[in-house]
Parts: sequence; structure tokens; C-alpha cells
Amino acid sequence: MTEQIDKALAREYEAGFVSDVESETFLPGLDEDVIRRISGMKNEPEWMLEWRLSAFREWLEMEEPEWAHVDYPKIDFQAISYYSAPKSMKDKPQSLDEVDPELLRTYEKLGIPLIEQQMLAGIAVDAVFDSVSVVTTFRDKLEEAGVIFCPISEAIKKHPDLVKKYIGSVVPKKDNYYAALNCAVFTDGSFVYIPKGTRCPMELSTYFRINEQNTGQFERTLIIADEGSHVSYLEGCTAPQRDENQLHAAVVELVALDDAEIKYSTVQNWYPGDEDGKGGIFNFVTKRGICHTNAKISWTQVETGSSVTWKYPSCILKGDNSVGEFYSVALTRGRQQADTGTKMIHLGKNTRSTIISKGISAGKSNNSYRGLVRMNPGAKGARNFTQCDSLLIGDLCGAHTFPYIESRNPSAIIEHEATTSKVSDEQMFLCRQRGLDPEKAVSMIVNGFCKEVFKELPMEFAVEAGKLLEISLEGSVG
Amino acid sequence: MSNTNSLLTIKDLYASVEDKQIIKGLNLDIKPGEVHAIMGPNGAGKSTMGYVLSGREGYTVDSGSVTLGGQDLLDMETEDRARAGLFLAFQYPVEIPGVSNLEFLKASVDAQREARGEEAITSAEFLKEAKIACKQVDLPVSFLKRGVNEGFSGGEKKRNELMQMLLLKPKLCILDETDSGLDIDALQVVAEGVNSQRSADRSFIVVTHYQRLLDYIKPDFVHVLSGGKIVKSGDASLALELEAQGYAWLQNAPAEDELEG
Ligand SMILES: Nc1ncnc2c1ncn2[C@@H]1O[C@H](COP(=O)(O)OP(=O)(O)OP(=O)(O)O)[C@@H](O)[C@H]1O
Ligand SMILES: [Mg+2]
Repeated sequence: MTEQIDKALAREYEAGFVSDVESETFLPGLDEDVIRRISGMKNEPEWMLEWRLSAFREWLEMEEPEWAHVDYPKIDFQAISYYSAPKSMKDKPQSLDEVDPELLRTYEKLGIPLIEQQMLAGIAVDAVFDSVSVVTTFRDKLEEAGVIFCPISEAIKKHPDLVKKYIGSVVPKKDNYYAALNCAVFTDGSFVYIPKGTRCPMELSTYFRINEQNTGQFERTLIIADEGSHVSYLEGCTAPQRDENQLHAAVVELVALDDAEIKYSTVQNWYPGDEDGKGGIFNFVTKRGICHTNAKISWTQVETGSSVTWKYPSCILKGDNSVGEFYSVALTRGRQQADTGTKMIHLGKNTRSTIISKGISAGKSNNSYRGLVRMNPGAKGARNFTQCDSLLIGDLCGAHTFPYIESRNPSAIIEHEATTSKVSDEQMFLCRQRGLDPEKAVSMIVNGFCKEVFKELPMEFAVEAGKLLEISLEGSVG
Repeated sequence: MSNTNSLLTIKDLYASVEDKQIIKGLNLDIKPGEVHAIMGPNGAGKSTMGYVLSGREGYTVDSGSVTLGGQDLLDMETEDRARAGLFLAFQYPVEIPGVSNLEFLKASVDAQREARGEEAITSAEFLKEAKIACKQVDLPVSFLKRGVNEGFSGGEKKRNELMQMLLLKPKLCILDETDSGLDIDALQVVAEGVNSQRSADRSFIVVTHYQRLLDYIKPDFVHVLSGGKIVKSGDASLALELEAQGYAWLQNAPAEDELEG
């Protein structure tokens, strides 16, 4: 049976093409001068440059973390180019007509049409290509509601007060090695501000595309939901198929002020490398949100790509009665390695958190859940529920669970459930006996396993995610 | 003895699981529309027979032949056998968590339709049919939304198997102890379900330990499977005899075909 499933799992990476656009790319290498040039390319104010430089100095003093259950060659940070942008973006196209059609075609091929008439109604998109944002759609409509949705490079200039106040407030510069690096060299990403009492009229989404070779992508996203507001945001990611590894080191900060709610969903499909583990993206990401009184942050992620993933979207439940949620599907196959999970830091009274993690391992991959639930002394009456399920496909893969629980308040309640199961011979036989081919059988069983997470995704994306898993699992069965 | 108008012909079948031969010289011929009951002691190889016929991985045929509607069944993939009209109701139905019954059934029906070159059934049409099938096996419609066999009681699982049969409309139905673990009412429901499907072009192999079921589903033939082969065949009255006397008197009896031969 294992052989059957392995065949069913052999997939093609559909987003693996390279776009033919002329780019302006920095030579590989990293020093203060490179950071000055990045800042210069973006016409940043002095304070931003200073902030970057101080982060860089901190980074130089830090050590690359080695605690994660992943194994990859040491990254040569001097061999990476830290900035690449299509030449056509240099004179800042003012409308879609002025954007290089090849860029628009790229997104269309990825299923993200940027032409207004073809766009999915109700979803505004910020399209980031290598180090720059190409287009942000539906901005006028959002502005009417007072919502700011723009590239962070633009927000730094147009909304400096907001950026200054919140950037680095959730993920401090020194938080960790990759976060510090990101602070020094980040290029683009999205900025969102939802005003008081406003329900964002559309889904917001950012689509990250790496195109250029030997470049790293350092995404920076900052979302601020002011008191009583509500926003749902989704990010997607893909990259060409290449034999070299590429680094994606992102920082995402969410701020949910009193009574606000942020729903953040990720469909991560970076190039995973080939069967033998050649190539693929190193996805080293720091995502964290802070919840003030009665606020809620919900992270949902579907992780199918990247050769190495290191990612723990977390919530600091600072305000009383605030709520944090983490719903995750992580699928690894081939030689992929994922070490992912969450941190729920309960500070306020009656704070609640829910963690549902579904790990699917196939091939020779390694899939680890790493989660921390901390109840601080002030977290009176706080509750956490964690459910952590692993599904193994074949016997060469690994699933690991590393739950850390720290409770410093006796009234806090923490529940943890974990299961490990296999796609069983019996299940496969039942499906095939009813006429389903093995591919369909595996994808159906896997989809069923992920159901609790998929139902948390915005509807359009739940379908996408289901399909993505299906593509991930699809292959030719001889 | 092979008959051109047979639906299923099993000839001198020997089959093993994990290097242990379980089926040892099985012969069986079933014509369209017939109902064959198979009885026999625990461990005789009844379930194994069903698995071998449906092509379960790990079950290897050592020798012999099986044809379904004239086609060489042993040469086909598991799913192709199903698409050719072979259906197995499992003795121990397995759960598929998170996959709704409705989704599973529609995918199955669509896969089989596609193999016949037919279009996928519309969701609305299928839902209508599925609701009728639910009613026929006396399961609440809410079972369509639940995960396949997820948390079903023993009897509910068996009824669910039958519901799948009703929707897939197979040519040959192998019911492996579908009556075990059913209460009296459920037994009638299952029997009625089967009887409603009896037709000139659909045949049944009903594996059971209880003569009681055969009061409701009148078989054309009753066979005793023991030690991997059929050791006695007869009409419905054989079941009554077995009920009264058990299997001991047959254990050492020569096989039917040996007698005939
Ligand atoms: N995977 C296996 N490995 C070894 N022996 C097996 C395996 N599967 C089945 N058997 C053996 O094959 C024999 C036949 O089993 P089978 O399940 O077909 O019996 P059965 O006639 O259906 O019995 P019951 O009436 O109890 O359902 C049994 O002795 C069983 O232990
Ligand atoms: Mg049995």
C-alpha cells in the first residue's frame, strides 16, 4: 500500500515557473551599506534607516537558533541578494495599465487576477513580487471605509505615526535571529489599519511571489485593528522551482486593540524542493499578535510548501477576556521538514486559547508540532485547549510533538489531547472497493483529517486549500 | 462446468494471506439474479473469500480463476472490480473521520459513473437519492453529514453498508455478516433492503451464521464453507439442518466437487 500512496503523492509543483521580467538586483552580500541602499531604494525617512541599522547591529551579535527539529546546511548570509525588484517598478506605475503585463500575467497564472473586472469580488489584493509591492487593488473602496491597506514601504512614508508606534511593538527587534535580520533588511509586505468600530468591508489578502534567483525575501506585515474593529486577512506564497535553496524570513505583527478581532489565514505553498530534497524555500517566520481587552486573534494556516518551515504564529493575550486561536494544517512530503506550532501567552484574566494542529507526514519528511501554553500569574481563570493530531502516510516519515506547558496560576485550566494515526490499509481498501482510485482515496482521507481547520478558512480559500492538498497529493498511478 | 451466462465463476481457487493459504480449492458458480448463502465455522475463510474477490492488497491468489460477467476478475485493480459491479459489505466497517458519508458516497458513485462514461450526478439529484436510501435502511438523514462510520453503533455501521449498496447498484453484492449485531427490527430492515434490490440482473452472496436471516432473505442455494472450500451445498433447507446439527458432521466430509468428480 505504501507504494500506492507514494505514487499518489508524487506531485508536480504547479507554481514552479519563472517570469521573464528584467530586474534590478543587488549583488549578494550584507553590510550596513546594503541596508542604507535598501532604505534608499524605498526613499525611507531617517528614523526607519536608524531602526534598521540598530537591528542589524543586534543581529550581528546573535546566534542562529538550532533548537528546532530541522536539519539544513548552514546559510551563507553573504551569498544572498537582499533586494530585487522588476525594473518596470522603478517609475512607480500609477495604475494597472502602467504595470508590466508580464507581472500581471504571473499573478494570473497563479490564479490571482489583478485586473479589476476579473478579480474575486470582495477580496482586495496586495501583490508583492520579490522585494516590492506591484499592485494593491480596491484601494479606493477601502479608503471610503477609512481602511488603510497599502504596501508597508508606502505606510512608512504616509502613516509614519502609526508605523512608528507599532512596528516592533509585538515582535521586538531582538526577538530572535531571523526577526532581527528581517528588521534590518525587510523590503515589502502589507500594512493594514482598520479604524475604530469598523468592520472591514472586504477580505484583505497579500500574495507573495519570489521570482529572482539567489535573493532572499524579507516580508514585513503590520496589521492594526483599532478598538471594536474587525478584519479578515489572507496571505498566499509561491516561488519558482529551483535547485538552490532560497530564504524567506518574514515578520508579521498583529495588534488587536480592545474588542477588535483579527482573523489571519495563510496558505503557504513555497516551492518544497524535489523528491531528494534538492532546492526549496527556507521559511523562517515570526508571526505574533497582541490582544487587548476582549480582543480576538485567530491564526489559520495551511502549510504545504517550503523545504524547511520554522514558524510559530503566536498570541499574547494581554487584555482580560481576550481570545487566541491557532488552527493549522501542515503537510510534509518528500524530504520536507516542518517545525511549526504556536505560543499562547496568557497574561489577562479569563483569557482563552484554542490550538488545533493537524500534521500530515508522507515520504521521508519530518513534521513537528511545537507549542507553548503559558499561564502567567495574572491569568486568573484562563483556559487553553490543545488538540494535536498527526497523520502518517507510509513508514519512512516522522511526526513529533513538543508541547510546553507553563502554568503559574492555579486557577488556569489547560487541556491537551494528542493522537497519531495512519492512513490505514482498511481505509484505502474501503475507498477502492467503492470505486475510488488510490489518489482520490488518499486526498479524501487527508481532507477529512483536516476538516476542523479548513472550516476556519474564509470560504473562497477553504476550497482553494482543499484543492491545494489535492494537487499536493496528486500524481500518476500506474 | 463454466457457464457462459454465469455472473460469477470461481474455479479451483487457492489464495493466501501472509503466506498462509486460507482458500483451498474454492469453486462457485452464480447466475444473474441468484442469492447464494454461505455459512461455515469461524475462521473458515468466508471473509477472506470476499477480500480475495475484491482484490484487497496483501491477499494473493496462488492458482485458479475467477470471472465476473465473463471478464477475468483477478487481473483487475480493486477499484476496477468495484466499477465492474462488485460490492462488498464489510463484516467490520472502518471509519474515515471527517469525510462525510454524503461526500464519500457521491465520490464513489461519480467514480463508478465516470468509469461507465456517464456524467457526474448533480449534488441535488444525489442528495435526493441518498435521502431515500437513508429511509430504506432506517437511518436518520443526519447520518449523511456524519463522518463515514464515525462513532456509528455496530448496527448503524451495518445499515450504512447497506445504504452504500443501495446507491451504488452493483451487479454482485457480497454481504459479509451484515446481519451480525443487528437487533430484530434492524434485521428486518436489512432483509427488506436486500429483497428490494433482488432482480434478474443482480446477484447476492450472503455470508451469515444465522438461519434466521434466511427466513427473510430466501436463498436459492446454501453452501457450507469450511477449511477454505465449499464442503456442502444445498437449497434453503440445508440452513435449517445446519441450525439443528452444527458443522461438526461436515468438518471431515469430502468436498462437493470431489463427490461430483
Ligand atoms: N492477515 C492474516 N494473517 C494471518 N492469518 C489470517 C489473516 N487474515 C485472516 N487470517 C486467518 O484466515 C482464516 C480465515 O479468516 P476469515 O476472516 O476469512 O474467516 P471467516 O470465515 O470470515 O470467519 P468468521 O466467521 O469468524 O468471520 C482465519 O484462521 C484467520 O485467522
Ligand atoms: Mg468473517
